[in-house]
Amino acid sequence: MCPLPISEKPFDLAKPEKYPSDYLKCIEPDYKEYINPALIRRMGRVVKMGVATAVQCLREAGLEKPDAVITGTGLGCIEDTESFLNEIIRNKEQFLPPTSFIQSTHNTIAGQIALLLKCNSYNHAYVHRCFSFENALLDAMMMIHEQQDSKILLGGVDEITPVSYSILKRLGIYKSVLGYDTAIFDNPTDGSIAGEGASFFVLSGDVTNSIAAVNAVKTFYKPADSAQTRQNIEEFIQNQGFSIRDMDAVLMGYSSDQNSDALYNDLSKGIFAENNILYYKHICGEYFTSSSFAVWTAAQILKHNHCPDALKLRFDKVDQFKHILIYNHFKNSEHVLILLSSC
Amino acid sequence: MHEKVFIAGIGTISAVGQNVTETLESLKASKHGVGKIEYIDTIYKNAIPFAEVKRSNRELKEILGIDSRKMITRTSLFGMMAAAEALRHAELDITKCRCGIVSATSVGGMDLSERFYDEFYADHAAGDINAIRGHDCADSTEHIADFLGIKDYLATISTACSSSANAIMFASRLIKNDMLDAALAGGTDTLTRFTLNGFNTLMILDKNHCKPFDAGRAGLNLGEGAGFVLLVSERMLGKLKNKPLAEVKGFGNANDAYHQTASSPDGQGAFLAMSKALAVSGLQPGDIDYINVHGTGTGNNDLSEGMAMKRIFGDNIPLFSSTKPFTGHTLGAAGGLEAVISVLTLQNSMIFPNLNFSDPMPELGMTPVTRLIEHHKVTNVLSNSFGFGGNNSTLIISAIQ
Repeated sequence: MCPLPISEKPFDLAKPEKYPSDYLKCIEPDYKEYINPALIRRMGRVVKMGVATAVQCLREAGLEKPDAVITGTGLGCIEDTESFLNEIIRNKEQFLPPTSFIQSTHNTIAGQIALLLKCNSYNHAYVHRCFSFENALLDAMMMIHEQQDSKILLGGVDEITPVSYSILKRLGIYKSVLGYDTAIFDNPTDGSIAGEGASFFVLSGDVTNSIAAVNAVKTFYKPADSAQTRQNIEEFIQNQGFSIRDMDAVLMGYSSDQNSDALYNDLSKGIFAENNILYYKHICGEYFTSSSFAVWTAAQILKHNHCPDALKLRFDKVDQFKHILIYNHFKNSEHVLILLSSC
Repeated sequence: MHEKVFIAGIGTISAVGQNVTETLESLKASKHGVGKIEYIDTIYKNAIPFAEVKRSNRELKEILGIDSRKMITRTSLFGMMAAAEALRHAELDITKCRCGIVSATSVGGMDLSERFYDEFYADHAAGDINAIRGHDCADSTEHIADFLGIKDYLATISTACSSSANAIMFASRLIKNDMLDAALAGGTDTLTRFTLNGFNTLMILDKNHCKPFDAGRAGLNLGEGAGFVLLVSERMLGKLKNKPLAEVKGFGNANDAYHQTASSPDGQGAFLAMSKALAVSGLQPGDIDYINVHGTGTGNNDLSEGMAMKRIFGDNIPLFSSTKPFTGHTLGAAGGLEAVISVLTLQNSMIFPNLNFSDPMPELGMTPVTRLIEHHKVTNVLSNSFGFGGNNSTLIISAIQ
């Protein structure tokens, strides 16, 4: 689920013309198609986003009950957290309804999926900023290593609300993109384009009917300098038995924040000088689990052997997409690398 | 996936002590930490008891050597206290191995967020914006990591009241899968007006001192604090100055899939979590010497957990107790704190009592340990932690053979 229309057959993404609002908000489906209407009423928006996307993903994979449900969310159920904070102040701590508190815990999405599927299996929620989805992905990959035949439901979900946007804007993390188009990525300023989304995957160790392969995931924290970042990236690719030249495209987390994008630009001119460069946050915006959307995008490119023009930042040509590297970072603190290959 | 995982250090802070030594003394002396709350501005100050850490943020900063003007959440301060103690205790040089941290919390930096929100509520341009920087759950994890120089892997888990048991489970698997040589694992949580009112709306807060597993139990007492263990791989043992304290022998997580907040009547999630942990450990139910139960003191939890224990252990229920009447229910920190207490049980050959118990539940007829038992050899401890969203986790912590 993302803020812009997606065409899956054939796979295509449209480049936004002019951004119509301060931040990017998801195009939400008719939730009744995915969730029992009796349950929808009690669910917060981010829970609906997550559960509906999870159901859609399970249907596509033809899986009823996964062997694990693992989610990543940077900020969790913000809307319900705000509601309960408001109620405490408004009602001076008295006669408060419990619903928004109950729905505010960070594992609500994973828990509601289990409840909907009557699924008693392993259930976890990771909540580490820009590592949230990658913590969850590593957990899922270890589980497949531990038990070859397991099928795991993995997702990354975050929501944006008017309040969270205004707070993160005051913190200098976000900026308004109202009236701008993607040219803002050519001339980055302070603050990122704000967004949200939900992406789910079924992971298994079985190549039959698979869309793409996740070779490896790596996170690294507060590198000493840009040389160490470069070294970490090179080692990551080498450890998988590849060289940087083998990467048919590098999908990077350009967010139109000038400080963050400077790192991507250095790499794009440096170690990735010979690679095709793609970007994705002009479609989904910046949020802590945006890399889950990057994984969805890379998997689609590999599956269809086609890269929509909207994603291309610097692109020569590719006959056959075999390997895509995803690199994202948040404020030069949390850095993530994910390598995907075609099956 | 065969390598063993050991506990080389423990650290804790809670209402019964600001370090392991103080905690042990309190547990031995049946000295609990439940009483009147001081540091939170709430209308329930005199109506509901809490297990509060009787140290102000200023005092905690002083102990940690942090500038008193630094804006930092109480959640982070607790985490730094407990994690630093666990690392100190293990005397491990983390620069010579791959060391990570897996921390857990339920509400993260809500203690400062709600102060910001009080002003922000009336005017969205108001409030000290720096107070909300630490709102998200990862903030405390990164403060602990930066304080101790941990860089190799960072993760944060939030699955309500089972959070830190899950953190110990994930960290153990990272070591077993050779992703890390050592990891700090546990959790930290602080009392907030948000949590206190949340639990109050659910009408599960006892107006008096809680009495888990008692027929007349009337709810839980909320607490705060942190509990961390330093986990190491088998290969690291040669590099430690001291013998490890215990082994993490088993772990299991399952979902109750019954209700967002209530537990199922037959304790299915708890039953599955305990069964999985036993399977991972290779132990039989009869090998468990003591259970540190989740035992919150709510009508629903204790009955459901007791049913699940009956299904696993039949008529041979091991000695068990809830230590929550000492520490309060520390939510995201509970699994870590109770892992520390489990290690103390093994180390000291003593079982700490379930305070305030008088009458068994008629449905179960189960009686916990009500007085301190000393000189009782304990080899395998099973520790339960259950949370909202049906999230149920079990750890099995064993003496070194």
